[in-house]
Amino acid sequence: MKILVSFKSVPDPNDVTIAGAAVSTPKSVINPFDEIAIEEALRIRERGEATEIVGVTIGAPAVDEQIRAALAMGVDCAIRIDDSRALDPYAVARILSAVVQKEAPHVVIMGKQAVDDDSNQVGQMLAGLLGWPQATFVSKIEFLDNKTRARCTRETDAGLEVVEVNLPAIITTDLRLNEPRYVSLPGLIKARRKPIEALTCDQLGVTVRPLTTVLSIARPPKRAAGTRVESVEELITKLKQEAKVL
Amino acid sequence: MAESLILIEHDRQQVKRPSLHAIALARQLGGEYALLLLGHGLEGIAASLVSYGASAVVVADDPALAEPLADRYAKVVAEAVRKGGAKTILGTSSTFSKDVLPRAAALLDAPMVTDVVAIEEMDGSISYRRPINAGSMFATVKVEGDRRILTVRATAFEPPAANAVPCPIKRFDFDAASLPNGIQFISREERRSDRPDLTEARVVVSGGRPLKDKETFERLVGGLADALGGAIGATRAAVDAGMAPNDYQIGQTGKIVAPELYIALGISGAIQHLAGIKDSRVIVAINKDPDAPIFQMATYALVGDLYEIVPQLIESIRRA
Repeated sequence: MKILVSFKSVPDPNDVTIAGAAVSTPKSVINPFDEIAIEEALRIRERGEATEIVGVTIGAPAVDEQIRAALAMGVDCAIRIDDSRALDPYAVARILSAVVQKEAPHVVIMGKQAVDDDSNQVGQMLAGLLGWPQATFVSKIEFLDNKTRARCTRETDAGLEVVEVNLPAIITTDLRLNEPRYVSLPGLIKARRKPIEALTCDQLGVTVRPLTTVLSIARPPKRAAGTRVESVEELITKLKQEAKVL
Repeated sequence: MAESLILIEHDRQQVKRPSLHAIALARQLGGEYALLLLGHGLEGIAASLVSYGASAVVVADDPALAEPLADRYAKVVAEAVRKGGAKTILGTSSTFSKDVLPRAAALLDAPMVTDVVAIEEMDGSISYRRPINAGSMFATVKVEGDRRILTVRATAFEPPAANAVPCPIKRFDFDAASLPNGIQFISREERRSDRPDLTEARVVVSGGRPLKDKETFERLVGGLADALGGAIGATRAAVDAGMAPNDYQIGQTGKIVAPELYIALGISGAIQHLAGIKDSRVIVAINKDPDAPIFQMATYALVGDLYEIVPQLIESIRRA
């Protein structure tokens, strides 16, 4: 079985500032949800159910640093779609659908959302474009029937739900699927020799133009810190008389 | 022809009320709006929707839609949009809408904006405000093309009143045999609770890691919630530790709440959690660490030991 994992390079969520209509960061990382997708692909291979893991991301050569991190975790090889524009989720999904057609994986795994944009769209859009089944917000994956189907537990607003999807399918990962491993030194050394293929959208035969544009970014007004209370009695009095919520 | 089409969510018994909040945005955008309902055995639910000022309640009712499977639902939504000609398709941010609507967007070749909290009008064109980076920032986004899909944050829009002249219920006919069959529903965890729904409750009591275990969590967080007639929430750490089920999680990747009163027990205040609570009217934080970040946004802060304070609090409220 061949797995394609797609991942996004995002600003370190703990260190982001606003720079015009974009955010700026001294350090980029693999989107944490995508890291969970990579980890899951590695575990599937470790239990003997996959033979090949291909990583894919989109960006300028600078994202090679996150690609190396994915390769160091254990991904076999990677494709970087060379496009440094501010793409929207639909444009990303269209590019990825061209990559999927080229690579023909049995399953695509990716994070349910990127922690910078929080859109939660790409996996579902990709599944729609390909006409493939999807299982979103997944916290458990098992392959069944000679790997023709996957049984997935989904984290929904109403609790856990189990679905089965016919392969090939798109799976998007939730937080509790696994805890990603740390990169090891031998992993880093191996990663240097692993191939990264850079492709343009032209070479993939896909033309995309983002239809959503960020005009501006701003910080919301800060919620002011309130009052310290010293006792349960004082708290109850404030809630009754000042806030009037009791 | 309705300008907007709003996907309404239900639990097979009744409408999920947060999904009605998208109606407020459709009204702000102007023009007629229709409500779209998918499922099986929908007569009662459809009838409950006729007074929200829509031009029609459009109902796709078929055994093939008994479970909300994204491949089927997205196809029917896309067909209903094409047939009805809606330019804006709305849903409320929920795992249901987030599963179905991006897929429908791809079928419609249309862009999508997630988690809209406000619209801004400039020179006759509309842009959408939405939180990014775990709610630490807002982006204002412009959308091109003749069609767009939006999900709205329920907490940012008022629920509509049901006082309009009843609208017609229209059956949406589609070819059920042509629906995809790639996703099969297996099971759903059924957990009934007498407590109010987390996203609709007037009071929410939440707990973090210091609650130790499931029993302590239930005794302190559950006990205080019951004394106040409130719902229960949890941090990611508490869910990961097995103290509370996943659907109690509040924050960037969980639920967004904005109750009248939010009480945080033993929650230090990771930005991912604060993202889910900051529109609450009154926030009470009880924590033994005086430097916990949550105190910087709490309306009332009480430093101390949960195991002493919470039982006292339950007792005082019950006496009152």
